[in-house]
Amino acid sequence: MHKLNLNWEYVNAARQAARAIAEDTQNFIEAHSTVSVERTIVRLLGVDGIDAFERPLPNAIIDNLSKAQVLEDGAAYWLGNAMYQLNCTAQSVAEKVACGDLDLTTLDKASAERVAEHIKPMVDAAVGLIEENKKNREMAIRTLGEGPKPYLYVIVATGNIYEDILQAQAAARQGADIIAVIRTTAQSLLDYVPYGPTTEGFGGTYATQENFKLMRTALDEVGREVGRYIRLCNYCSGLCMPEIAAMGAVERLDVMLNDALYGILFRDINMQRTLVDQYFSRVINGFAGIIINTGEDNYLTTSDAVEEAHTVLASQFINEQFALLAGLPEEQMGLGHAFEINPDQEDGFLYELAQAQMTREIFPKAPLKYMPPTKYMTGDIFKGHVQDALFNAVSIMTNQGIQLLGMLTEAIHTPLLQDRALSISNAKYIFNNMRHLSEEISFVEGGRIQTRAHDVLKEAAHLLEEIKSLGIMETIEKGKFAGVARNRLGGKGLEGVFKKSGRYDNPFLTVMLEAQFKKEVKSEQ
Amino acid sequence: MNNKIDLTAIKPYGDTLNDGMMQMSFTLPVPVSPESKEAARQLGLKMGLEEAQVVHASDLGVGYTFFIVYGKCKHTIDFTRVKVSKVSSDAMDHDSVEAFIADKLKREITIVGACTGTDAHTVGIDAIMNMKGFDGHYGLERYDGIQAINMGAQVPNDVLIAKAIEVDADAIIVSQIVTQKDVHIPNLTELIDMLESEGLRDKLIVCVGGPRISNELAKELGFDAGFGTGDYAEDVAAFIVQELAKRV
Repeated sequence: MHKLNLNWEYVNAARQAARAIAEDTQNFIEAHSTVSVERTIVRLLGVDGIDAFERPLPNAIIDNLSKAQVLEDGAAYWLGNAMYQLNCTAQSVAEKVACGDLDLTTLDKASAERVAEHIKPMVDAAVGLIEENKKNREMAIRTLGEGPKPYLYVIVATGNIYEDILQAQAAARQGADIIAVIRTTAQSLLDYVPYGPTTEGFGGTYATQENFKLMRTALDEVGREVGRYIRLCNYCSGLCMPEIAAMGAVERLDVMLNDALYGILFRDINMQRTLVDQYFSRVINGFAGIIINTGEDNYLTTSDAVEEAHTVLASQFINEQFALLAGLPEEQMGLGHAFEINPDQEDGFLYELAQAQMTREIFPKAPLKYMPPTKYMTGDIFKGHVQDALFNAVSIMTNQGIQLLGMLTEAIHTPLLQDRALSISNAKYIFNNMRHLSEEISFVEGGRIQTRAHDVLKEAAHLLEEIKSLGIMETIEKGKFAGVARNRLGGKGLEGVFKKSGRYDNPFLTVMLEAQFKKEVKSEQ
Repeated sequence: MNNKIDLTAIKPYGDTLNDGMMQMSFTLPVPVSPESKEAARQLGLKMGLEEAQVVHASDLGVGYTFFIVYGKCKHTIDFTRVKVSKVSSDAMDHDSVEAFIADKLKREITIVGACTGTDAHTVGIDAIMNMKGFDGHYGLERYDGIQAINMGAQVPNDVLIAKAIEVDADAIIVSQIVTQKDVHIPNLTELIDMLESEGLRDKLIVCVGGPRISNELAKELGFDAGFGTGDYAEDVAAFIVQELAKRV
């Protein structure tokens, strides 16, 4: 397993620095909540649907509380209090609020303890449903089986959920293990989750609960047909991070893109907002058994893959610690990296191999998510197919977990049916043909590959020390990642962040975290 | 050039002049069968191929079939009459752009860039504007004599225009990566309409770039120039500085 002769003192130092960075940020996170966290609580208590103006009902509740300036006590209290006082369901409270018949703050106010006791059965029911989904997934994998790692991950992006289903089922029959439904451009900037099945999107399809459900059913169906559990992936990112995590947990998604740093840098989402959102979303993903995919691979689309490789590793260390604090186990951490070195670079393949093997050795249990070449893909589809072949070779030589398949037409259009088939057959050929090569090779002591890995690790450890002294927010303000600088008061969604009052409670967070940390203690014994 | 080539009637080259050899691949929404292979062959004939041959057919998992077809194209093109709209400036490298600004324009110029509308992909605007540039070609931020302001992605047209006014820009450059369902067309048209209604169109050089953008399309939409794959920061800069010199 260890082929790089890495200096473990650097690894340990880097991990400790990342821990300190995450814990420092956690103090901020725990003192705050956001409108999207509160909408998530409302959803989990049973509110769904939209009003006459297509406003989602969870938004109606939060609008009511924000206007009355009482959101700091948390939506669980106010919605729970209304359910208690009116003796009705969360949904009927929400319907009354949405049409203006009810203002939650004008009712009699029961004690926080009384309200918590009243909503306990609904909390347990929602948590129970998610646990049930997790068990159903484990059962389906046991009975149907699954493809060998690296899992073949492909995207569908037609904009129309029904067309997506056709393409997803075709991909599963061709050999795909994970289907990701790309979201329509700009959904990450919507401060609500659209409703119902959708057929119009640009460059992707809206993430809605109904679309999740339709695709889940279709993949279960094709999974039984091909005798493999087919995983479903979506995007738990942007302004509705925790809401989408909850929707995914309820509809049994298996993989979720989930990375605050990505949203901050590449979507200009406010860092305070998304760091708080990320925490609750990771707690949900962790509890639901969902694999998260982190997005540090994207740094290399704007920064040079040779010069800035250490920023990817540093970010992986930070993402690992954020995930651990949210109770998300290592086995669910699809840490990201990418094959983005300029193909003209002499020995570029060796550097890619060094980076992939190093990541494997440092995060041994993580199902690493490996991203294909995109930046240097051109309209020369023949060369592109070869670039993707080298990418596949690195992956099987270093035992990556999730292979996001490269498309020969990457630079041209979202994948055609035939593009996806060609890329799946490329990966299947290489993975099968080189299946056990990793067991047969070692790297020259002090050679190019070992030296490269050593250098990247050393630089990452230094960067993490620097971040530790600056704090994560100042680091981002200085543009240390991807060469993009963001201000802590800038970006989208800051107005949705608030400081919790002393009475604040998020009952789901408490229950899920308790379950996760109890499990951890058990598995350590 | 081979003098046996008749430039008034060129056709594809496989291994012999004028053999017309072409390759193509496509999918038909019918299962793989002798009938579907014949359908693919007949499609080749209808497209103007002689001796069309289906060399590969495979099932795509939903009862659709992927084909690779070879054939000999019977059509020819009169190469002497081909006209293409090109960006009307001389090619320059980084150094000569800087020298041109120093010698001819004698002042710092300001270029505001953004990826506009709903498009979230900064890769194009970054390649042209960021210090680092792309593939060894430095971006505009690195140029002496150019103040380059990269506003990033998902910038509304009115915000871009407001910025251009604020910094008294000489040129606006827009990147459009997502072009699925022609989402970029109304967005680009809106920018030009807004500039015209503000009376700014003639005061600014306005360019657009992206993998699906041609100079011809850009001109049609009312831009001064369009840039595509294979164009770098120096190509955009060369056009802007020469155009500015013309307008003085």
